[in-house]
Amino acid sequence: MTKRPIEPFLWTLFSGGGVMAAFFAPVLLFLLFLAFPLGLFHAPSYDALHSFVAMPLVRLVLFVLCSVPLFHWAHRFRYTLYDGLQIKHLNEFIDILCYGGAIVGTLLAALLLWNFS
Amino acid sequence: MRPQPQPAPTPYTPYHPRWYRTPVSTYWWMHRWVYFRFVLRELTSFGAAYFCVMTLLLVRALSKGPQAFEAFEVRLASPFFICMTVIALLLALFHTSTWFSLSAHAMVVRIGGTRVPGILIVAGNYAAWLVVSAILAWFLLR
Repeated sequence: MTKRPIEPFLWTLFSGGGVMAAFFAPVLLFLLFLAFPLGLFHAPSYDALHSFVAMPLVRLVLFVLCSVPLFHWAHRFRYTLYDGLQIKHLNEFIDILCYGGAIVGTLLAALLLWNFS
Repeated sequence: MRPQPQPAPTPYTPYHPRWYRTPVSTYWWMHRWVYFRFVLRELTSFGAAYFCVMTLLLVRALSKGPQAFEAFEVRLASPFFICMTVIALLLALFHTSTWFSLSAHAMVVRIGGTRVPGILIVAGNYAAWLVVSAILAWFLLR
């Protein structure tokens, strides 16, 4: 196996993203992407949501909330591919796919939230 | 008398015997419930990634304007996205429960020299989760 001095750092991101996903993902997934589109509850108006997301602090929180769990995904999905499909010999490709995907997602999140209008 | 130069240590050559390993089926995780649960726990990462991507798409729709936001909400209500969201939600809930169960082993909390039993740490996590969820729900529903 290749030596990864970066592994503890990646594991910290995995752990932090795991905590964030555990606490915030269920309620927000249910309300924002299931209940509100289906009209189960009275959803906040466009203007209310827009002015909320326009606040710099909210965008900073959203940036962390939408980037660190991506590294949680990358770390865990890497092992899913190793274990589930037994393709450890492709590890360079898998690492680029997983962590590269998380890095691209983080950059897009930064761009999107910075340019929010 | 000068110290004798130490001979260079011989590099350790690892001995690799040719292991005989019984080939494991690609579907090994389907043979037992515990194996399946293990792979299911790993697949919960889909829930986390889906949450991130969809939240960013929501922000993008908000940024584009009221019409784009309305179109995004309509797309979210389509059968495809409802299915994906339900799967992601179930995986996210499974992640929450497995993550909290794990926290009993990962977090060692001591009060007055005695270790707080794991069950209390798990219960504390669930309590905090309920409070966080209730605050977010109250904020979005008020």
